[in-house]
Amino acid sequence: MSPDGATRAAIPVSFTLNGKPVTVTTDPVRRLTQVLRDDLGQTGTKVGCDAGDCGACTVLLDGAPVCACMVPVGRLEGHDLRTVEGLAAEGVLDRLQRAFLRFGAAQCGICTPGMLMAAGALLAETPRPTEAQVKDALGGVLCRCTGYRKIIQAVMAATDLDSHTPQAAVGAAVGSRIERLDGNPKVTGADRFGADTAPEGSLVVRVIRSPFHRAAFDLGDLTGFVAAHPGLVRVLTAADVPGRNLHGVIPDMADQPVFAVGETRYKGEAVAAVVGEAEAMEALDLADLPVTWTELPAVLTPAEALAEGAPRLHDRRPENTLMRGLVQRGELAEGFVAAAHVVEGEYSTGFIEHAYIEPEAGYARRVGDRIEVVACTQAPYMDRDDVAAILGLPKDAVRIIPTAVGGGFGSKLDLSLQPYVALAAWLLDRPARITYTRPESMASTTKRHPSHITARIGADADGRLTAMDFLGTFNTGAYASWGPTVGNRVPVHASGPYVYGAYRARSHAVHTNCAPSGAFRGFGVPQSAVAQETLFDELAERLGIDPLDFRLINALDNGSPTVTGQVFDTGVGFKDCLRALKPHWERARAEAAAANAAHPDGPRRGVGVAGMWYGCGNTSLPNPSTLKVGVKADGSLVLFQGAVDIGQGSNTVMTQICADALGLPVDRFQLIHGDTDLTPDAGKTSASRQTFVSGKASYLAGRDLRAQILRLTNASDGAAIDITAEAIRVSEGGTTSTIPLAGLKADAEGFVLMGQGTFDPPTSPLDANGQGEPYAVFGYGAHMVELAVDTRLGTIKLIKLTAAHDVGRAINPLLVEGQVEGGVAQGIGLALMEEFVPGRSENLHDYLIPTAGDVPEIETLLIEAADPLGPYGAKGIGEQALIPTAPAILNAIRHATGARVRHLPATPGTVLRALKDAGHAPVETPDHG
Amino acid sequence: MRYLRPETLGEALAALATAPHAILAGGTDFYPAAGDRPLRTDVLDITGLAALRGVARAGDGWRLGALTTWTDVVKAGLPPRFDALKGAAREVGSVQIQNVATVAGNLCNASPAADGVPPLLALNAQVELSRQDGTRVLPLGDFLQGNRRTALAADEMMTAILIPDDLPGGDERSHFVKLGARTYLVISIAMVAAVVAVDDAGAIAQARVSVGSCSVVARRLTALEADLTGQPLAQAAAIAAPRHMADLSPIDDVRATAAYRREAALELVRRALSHCAGGQP
Ligand SMILES: Cc1cc2nc3c(=O)[nH]c(=O)nc-3n(C[C@H](O)[C@H](O)[C@H](O)COP(=O)(O)OP(=O)(O)OC[C@H]3O[C@@H](n4cnc5c(N)ncnc54)[C@H](O)[C@@H]3O)c2cc1C
Ligand code: FES
Ligand code: FES
Repeated sequence: MSPDGATRAAIPVSFTLNGKPVTVTTDPVRRLTQVLRDDLGQTGTKVGCDAGDCGACTVLLDGAPVCACMVPVGRLEGHDLRTVEGLAAEGVLDRLQRAFLRFGAAQCGICTPGMLMAAGALLAETPRPTEAQVKDALGGVLCRCTGYRKIIQAVMAATDLDSHTPQAAVGAAVGSRIERLDGNPKVTGADRFGADTAPEGSLVVRVIRSPFHRAAFDLGDLTGFVAAHPGLVRVLTAADVPGRNLHGVIPDMADQPVFAVGETRYKGEAVAAVVGEAEAMEALDLADLPVTWTELPAVLTPAEALAEGAPRLHDRRPENTLMRGLVQRGELAEGFVAAAHVVEGEYSTGFIEHAYIEPEAGYARRVGDRIEVVACTQAPYMDRDDVAAILGLPKDAVRIIPTAVGGGFGSKLDLSLQPYVALAAWLLDRPARITYTRPESMASTTKRHPSHITARIGADADGRLTAMDFLGTFNTGAYASWGPTVGNRVPVHASGPYVYGAYRARSHAVHTNCAPSGAFRGFGVPQSAVAQETLFDELAERLGIDPLDFRLINALDNGSPTVTGQVFDTGVGFKDCLRALKPHWERARAEAAAANAAHPDGPRRGVGVAGMWYGCGNTSLPNPSTLKVGVKADGSLVLFQGAVDIGQGSNTVMTQICADALGLPVDRFQLIHGDTDLTPDAGKTSASRQTFVSGKASYLAGRDLRAQILRLTNASDGAAIDITAEAIRVSEGGTTSTIPLAGLKADAEGFVLMGQGTFDPPTSPLDANGQGEPYAVFGYGAHMVELAVDTRLGTIKLIKLTAAHDVGRAINPLLVEGQVEGGVAQGIGLALMEEFVPGRSENLHDYLIPTAGDVPEIETLLIEAADPLGPYGAKGIGEQALIPTAPAILNAIRHATGARVRHLPATPGTVLRALKDAGHAPVETPDHG
Repeated sequence: MRYLRPETLGEALAALATAPHAILAGGTDFYPAAGDRPLRTDVLDITGLAALRGVARAGDGWRLGALTTWTDVVKAGLPPRFDALKGAAREVGSVQIQNVATVAGNLCNASPAADGVPPLLALNAQVELSRQDGTRVLPLGDFLQGNRRTALAADEMMTAILIPDDLPGGDERSHFVKLGARTYLVISIAMVAAVVAVDDAGAIAQARVSVGSCSVVARRLTALEADLTGQPLAQAAAIAAPRHMADLSPIDDVRATAAYRREAALELVRRALSHCAGGQP
């Protein structure tokens, strides 16, 4: 090829891949990741950023860990390459892989291949590394799920790992720390995530997005452009949408176009999509498309959006107001009159990006008059309904098959890529795939709502809360998404799990020209907890009451009404959480005081606590789940489990629950998960509802099947069941009845028996004052943080976090700890480093999430105040764990130094300013020169 | 479009003489900058030039070949004045980055936040730029001309970084401190390198202090260096004062404000000096 040719000549490159010689002939500048994944089909090596920032692509080049996304494949000539696929020689897991399973080090698993490679290189040189060595080795691989602690433990223990795998006895699956049932493919690299599944020869789709916060646009001559570029097939625009060019997670609020019409409302909004053959798409520069943009004035904050004359985003939403929420109870004015002390404050938090390591990806294919979408998602049935509306198809013409999900945390509840691949595959009748780039994922998908909060809280001289008044304004971005959910949840939760004389909480969700704010672990509650829990410490200080005691005095208990007037007779485990922290609190406060006295010039040590509660499931709305479990004619036992496992472990938890309900061991179960054609609707994986709601459905399904079996033999519930390839055996009191499977009639799918369970948690609507029963159950918890503040630089060193959570019943303590540790890590990010600035931090270089070095030791104290409704008493934990971390950190900073940080993140600069406001000597000490 | 991966410098320079090429070393700035756009340039991959890799004595000084990686620097046996450079090397990105990224690439990329620049400025480093018809040597401070701007001509490449033996004899110390918002994989909010030579009486014979991320190109604090000369090393940290930061021109960005950077820089300078004096880091 001549130097000015349009493409670079392909050359053969030969190297050793996991011990075997390979030769590829390709453009030598292509990234090694592309060649491994696309040309060699080795999809175990993951791509999270294509920029060195996430380490998911870590491979060993001549034994040294490198990021394959930045290695030109031409450089491999003659070299030795090792990838995750090479670890399990002849299918036998190596020690490190087994340690990852044993310690619960893989949750979603998208970071796992990179972690394994980086850790493997360390262990090859240092078989028994220290924690510091492990952190140094893993510092280049980001994990958003685990909080790193279990990964570090696994690496430190790998060399001496024993071969005994924890097993649960029949009837004792619930409560046992068994390894996750779907873990094996996560440690071998065999798991198929969104970008790993498309059929060969699929068309590739890429989306053209607005470069401005708000812009008018002209698409130009797209047909001419396609004609002039061999290999491109079509450009899709709003005109190509056969059904409704709108989607939204709350059906009657759907307002987000698949392709913008006339004007874009945020930077990153789609206007068109190019479809073409893979090679042509790889050579395409989207900037070459003939689209012209005209930037328009934009509003980026609620203050701007509410200003007079501000451009209105949606005609039907005056004052750019999406919604307002209210909960009030008691006489507010009287409450403040009764107060001996009143504190107040103004707080703000920024956009928080979910930063799962897997950018959105998947494919679609047309099967006759149906469309199948195979993609990462948290909500298959919701996807189905919206894709059907967009394509103008009946719902049952759409099949959603979730891939393994590389983290979701709320953002993968909304549609992202699905409409684009579905449209392309539908219109062109060829499979079509897409993989979002990291900047595209960050610019276009939902975020945590930025908040601006003012709150006033009063207490009487005995320390009893008399009144709280709260107003939260939330930047809900360009589209509704889950904004109404945040707006409704916050007033219910802003009180925290405490009893007040009077209470008023108002929320206001305001549209701006920013990426839509949606669901993110906690739906606004982490933001409100920052205000409420830090004001509590100020109040406690005024009262001269220890902060932990102050919370105990006011803690919600069995029988006391919540701020919506709901009363739980049992299962309110908040006081138990606080009491569990008490000994730790006393130890930590004493240690901090001693350290501060011993080193008056050293970093200031501090200890802080914060509480939380969180309602499991939808707010005052039905949210049923259905699960099925059946026996086939060949004796196999199949659990149809539609609760999407996004790493949190629902595949394992549902099976553990069903196993005990049915009375068979977990290893007997086969799982069919989350396919809208096969599994009944288990709702969305959000709102900490899966263990509680779907778990209950799993329990009921297991009980149903058990009852059917027992009925066949007239046995009592004390009987033991066994199922073999030939028969079901029921034993009771020394006698065994045998039911030959051949004698039972099989249905069309081959099932001879099928149990089913449906659960919809009882709630009641909230009245005009927000009074009612919004949730059937709440989870409770409290965190205690120990840290040190460098008062000259404003940096924070976290020393230890102790987390007490009332989970009702820990179905699998290993998985619960994993949820807690992962939530804590996200809370640390929220507190100390994360802030998404639209247009400025759309990559993992500028948007910082915690690394292996940023998460301290975490001790989890599990409290089991059984819920009467939950399966075996279980409640949710998914979002709970994140909520108290940030306020506990802020309280510890204040305890250490007196500095009050009210605007997150508490970056070094912010902390230093707060330190000065609190009277700490500025660095500009008198001139010594 | 071409991809060249020559094994001799002559071939590389000949290619550059015929047409401009994008030079590709460790690729850790190159690929992220490319993003998702196709690479429509001729690429000269210099990683085949084995002779350019490694650290060695050369004449009256040290020579870091242009392909020397950060990991190579960490592993090299070098005198104490290189401790700051080694400290920087350990904190560049992650192990994965350090294993491939080159020190020369860090200089050629000319980011205001390049961690290699302050230690190399404090070592009075020079860079060797080669073209087909000759070689020139420039002080690092002259090579770096601004944010992403260098003195490199289109037909040139950097072949080495040269560090002269120009510290007065005696005891030498050096240290690097980096401030970022997280532990690993972090771009510096500010960073400081200090190199000091101490005479037998414990007085500073020569001090070199530089600050990065607080101006478009990292800077030496020459006024401070002058004030430190002749003073006891133990006093050095106390001598550093706000007025010594006058030459810095930090900006506000996503990582920190200008005002914070200025203050933090002073504190980091004091810590680097105090570490050199044997105190806490
Ligand atoms: C995740 C991540 C984290 C990072 N963290 C840090 C950090 O903490 N601190 C820091 O300072 N940097 C950091 N970097 C930036 C980068 O790793 C360094 O700048 C690195 O030293 C660049 O070297 P390289 O060999 O990879 O350069 P390349 O990417 O190969 O090249 C960089 C530039 O220099 C040119 N170039 C390279 N070598 C030569 C030569 N010999 N002659 C002429 N031109 C040449 C190239 O054409 C290109 O323009 C990080 C990068 C990533 C991806
Ligand atoms: S994909 Fe290579 S580092 Fe993220
Ligand atoms: S398990 Fe690490 S990112 Fe999900």
